[in-house]
Amino acid sequence: MCLAIPGKVIEIFEENNLKMGKIDYNGVINKACLAYVPEVVTGQYVIVHAGFAISMLDEEEAQRSFEAWDDFADRIREEGYEVTSAPLSDKKRKESDK
Amino acid sequence: MKYIDEYRDPEKIKSILKEIETEVTRPWVIMEICGGQTHSIIKNGIDQLLPKNIELVHGPGCPVCVTPLELIDQALQIAARPDVIFTSFGDMLRVPGSNKDLFKVKSEGGDVRIVYSPLESLKIARENPDKEVVFFAVGFETTAPGNAMAVYQAAREHLKNFTELVSHVLVPPAIKALLSSPKNRVQGYLAAGHVCAVMGWSEYEPIAEQYKVPVVPTGFEPMDILSGILSVIRQLEKGEYKVDNQYARAVSKNGNEAAQKIINEVYEICDRKWRGIGVIPASGMCLKEKYADYDAGKKFGVSNIETHEPEVCISGIILQGLKKPIDCPAFGKACTPQHPLGATMVSSEGACAAYYRYQRFKTNI
Ligand code: SF4
Repeated sequence: MCLAIPGKVIEIFEENNLKMGKIDYNGVINKACLAYVPEVVTGQYVIVHAGFAISMLDEEEAQRSFEAWDDFADRIREEGYEVTSAPLSDKKRKESDK
Repeated sequence: MKYIDEYRDPEKIKSILKEIETEVTRPWVIMEICGGQTHSIIKNGIDQLLPKNIELVHGPGCPVCVTPLELIDQALQIAARPDVIFTSFGDMLRVPGSNKDLFKVKSEGGDVRIVYSPLESLKIARENPDKEVVFFAVGFETTAPGNAMAVYQAAREHLKNFTELVSHVLVPPAIKALLSSPKNRVQGYLAAGHVCAVMGWSEYEPIAEQYKVPVVPTGFEPMDILSGILSVIRQLEKGEYKVDNQYARAVSKNGNEAAQKIINEVYEICDRKWRGIGVIPASGMCLKEKYADYDAGKKFGVSNIETHEPEVCISGIILQGLKKPIDCPAFGKACTPQHPLGATMVSSEGACAAYYRYQRFKTNI
């Protein structure tokens, strides 16, 4: 139930005295309440749960974790690493998404 | 999709797995609190990719699973009233009460409607002034801002025909209850990312300190979960125990203060019974006296509730991390997602449903 997904704010408006927005989830557009992210502006990403944006996505922090993971990836490229149970190939993902 | 697909990169996943493998020297037991994480772990086979000496156990973080049976029965009684439109998130409709579920009430003529946001219930209330509109307000801290806003907004608009049947639960008291149990095996926690997005992570610091356990706020994608596990393992191996936020793109130390303000305006802390576990002190939220007019429990005073839980179901023990779904004799036999005996088989975030859906039967574990 705590599923929440990131989407991009593409329009901001008011409804029944609440700050609301249209959110683009990769082409699927839906409405969400933005009352809890009062500072958000169009073009920014928010994390939406049950019709409410509960958090703004911090793009710098996202970048920071990518950099840490890139370092790990560089290391295995140098050291080599074979895992027997091939992790999360696209095929497996598609099957489990069904 | 941006901010999702990048967290599923197979090469990076392999590299985090390798880091974990390099760090781990001893067996460790880690609990992921959140049912959304349980689902992601089982779906992606993360537990099977990890070194054998890391055991993941699945926590009680599925609101559908822990909503007490009495409350489900109460919901069923209210939903059956001819003057009521009963609204709920979709995943509550199939949760078995003592002898039926909300779908059954609907098929018997009850006006039961699925909403995606509690604000939709308000809209239904505005459009149906001659009906009583009840919203089934269940959930953890993640869902509380929206559910609180619905009441706050109803009061602002002086809506007289909207109420909530509230069964909110809180994560930190549940972690404390599990850690205080003499049967506890869990040595480190992945904290639920979206709960922390609302509440922040500072409330976990005293828990990490008191029980000497690492607590790591973690996201939901495979790379998020593996980074969470890596942080817990690194700490355990070094004998450290701190809160290490691994979901910084969504979670800050103090959380969403605007949301906390409305939650605290509308709800207050109360004792709460957890299905399968029992009463945990100060582990829930109820409507404040000031908002008593919006309390469906008070408005519809329900009576004669006698609950019956199937004896075979061990979901309470599973939710405490002491057993796995495959240890249940009914798993995949008498109990399936089509005919669930317990709530953990209903919600896609319940451990039993995740094991069933991704075919974790005894033979392939
Ligand atoms: S498999 Fe069914 S009966 Fe067994 S613990 Fe899970 S929900 Fe309960």
